[in-house]
Amino acid sequence: MTLLSYLLRRLVGFVGVMVGISIITFGLSHLVPADPAIVALGDHATDAQIDAFREKYGLNKPVPEQYWIYVTNLIRGDLGISLRTRRPVAEDLHDFFPATFELSLMALVLSILIGIPAGVVSATARNRLPDHIVRIVSLIGGSVPIFWLGLILIGFFYGRLGWLPGGARIDKFIPAPPTVTGLFTIDSLLAENYKAFWSSVHHLFLPALALGYFSTAIIARMMRSSMLEVLNQQYVLAARAKGLRQGKVVWRHAARNALIPTVTTIGITFGSLLSGAVLTETIFSWPGLGRYATNSAINLDFPAVMGVTLLAALIYTVTNLIVDVGYHWLDPRIHHG
Amino acid sequence: MVETLSTPAALRRPAWRRSPLTVAGLALIAILAVIALLAPLIAPANPLKQVLSTRLKPPSADHWLGTDQLGRDVLSRMIYGARISLLIGTVVVGLAASVGTFVGLVAGYVGGWLDEGLMRLTDVFLAFPALILAMAISGALGPSLTNAMIAIAVVSWPVYARLVRAQVLSLREREYVEAARGLGASAQRIVWQHILPNTLAPLLVQASFDMGGAILSAAGLSFIGFGTQPPTAEWGVMISEGRNYIATHSWLSLFPGLAILLTVAAFNLIGDGLRDALDPRLRGTE
Repeated sequence: MTLLSYLLRRLVGFVGVMVGISIITFGLSHLVPADPAIVALGDHATDAQIDAFREKYGLNKPVPEQYWIYVTNLIRGDLGISLRTRRPVAEDLHDFFPATFELSLMALVLSILIGIPAGVVSATARNRLPDHIVRIVSLIGGSVPIFWLGLILIGFFYGRLGWLPGGARIDKFIPAPPTVTGLFTIDSLLAENYKAFWSSVHHLFLPALALGYFSTAIIARMMRSSMLEVLNQQYVLAARAKGLRQGKVVWRHAARNALIPTVTTIGITFGSLLSGAVLTETIFSWPGLGRYATNSAINLDFPAVMGVTLLAALIYTVTNLIVDVGYHWLDPRIHHG
Repeated sequence: MVETLSTPAALRRPAWRRSPLTVAGLALIAILAVIALLAPLIAPANPLKQVLSTRLKPPSADHWLGTDQLGRDVLSRMIYGARISLLIGTVVVGLAASVGTFVGLVAGYVGGWLDEGLMRLTDVFLAFPALILAMAISGALGPSLTNAMIAIAVVSWPVYARLVRAQVLSLREREYVEAARGLGASAQRIVWQHILPNTLAPLLVQASFDMGGAILSAAGLSFIGFGTQPPTAEWGVMISEGRNYIATHSWLSLFPGLAILLTVAAFNLIGDGLRDALDPRLRGTE
């Protein structure tokens, strides 16, 4: 199958999945036992206001028609009005997304920088002390409750040592950089405001560490098992037989090839970081989508919760699509049947 | 003459020496199960009893793991918490595995458009970040332990469906299945008696990992207020209640967190061990 026909098939599948996702979020919104019009407008709304709201969102029409209105609104980018912030959900998502993206990206960068070398070292020192250490640390990473780890990190690094801040995106005495990308680190660099840059990096470190530990463990485990397979291949033996230095054999020949399956893991991990962000952002008072979703769900603000759910599912599906297509492109041996 | 096959030295060693970590995981879960079953007998105090005169006491001879902000004994709450965590793991994995296995068997055996449709359905559920969908479901149905378990099961079943379907696709072409078909066995009989038993091994591995995953997710949901509700003694709730005291009275959150960590790690070790045992090619590579 050529790359183009594979891409087309995946795109058709993508549209199908998005339709399914919209049916589920629509169905969930209808599970809520309250009248959405009254919940949205409050107890003091007049009958005329309630009727107008029902008309606008099609709440007085048959369910299939309501779904159709819901989907056409979604396609236009209208995710409804948040009951808590009283703003369009799409605008809220636009405002809260960069904080989550910056946190997830930093968590992923940390995971890659630590997980890949850890996996390589673990595989090359198989059954020796470095291997045991990496395996135990990975086991803990895959088992630790992320919210508890966050609390412990705050208690130790902020509460006891006072080395790192325990919440927020930037020091309260430093003004946020002018918004270009919404990522404080990038925006402060663009504004050449290095004080703001260091402050935002400082604030990112602990939440990114807490959020990234799980993915670091997964990446390290994947890299280790993939390296163990590659190290037994004949081309590695040939490289050794040629008299190449161990470092060169491991990093230049083995690790590069072992990276291919790990890249898939990294992509999937990025999608799942959003789930972890819900807990991490709650702990670290991080003003992102996760905290927005939690606060909205606590206040039964369903348009907002469904907006986050839809966006998260969209990001996950798109990330998977990119990873699969990238994998197909990276490894010419793969022919999807 | 009967030829005796020599077994490799590694396989002749007792199980605990071949895979000491798996055995440690099994032992830990066995101990936890005993603690959970005997909770009323071994807990030193009523987990809900408030004694305000002894609030926020550090670990001591009277209260081995200290007391919380309402003077409740932390050790007793931890012991009762083990019951809820194991219950969550068992119910969630039981539900998800039953639904997933049924869907996987139908999809794999019937094939055609039904298979295609069911697999796209698993794609849809897999696309949702588990905790966010679970939070949305819990929010819609109302926060409670039961709804949290339903929510986690809803996001967990597709993995089983995929796993079983893949197994069925390879098993249904095997000779013994062909033979059963040739002998006139009904589709139902073939699926239940000949195919299902052979899909159980990988299911067991997945279930071990998911027991830990379900406990983690449920604790997370309880922590943000969408799972078990206070004053029930549940580990996620305990961490949440101790969060404002983390700098001054760290034991309130420290011990329940360690309990979750150890329990989930034990299930992960069992999962690793089972996977290695069932697929010797993977031994030591993960």
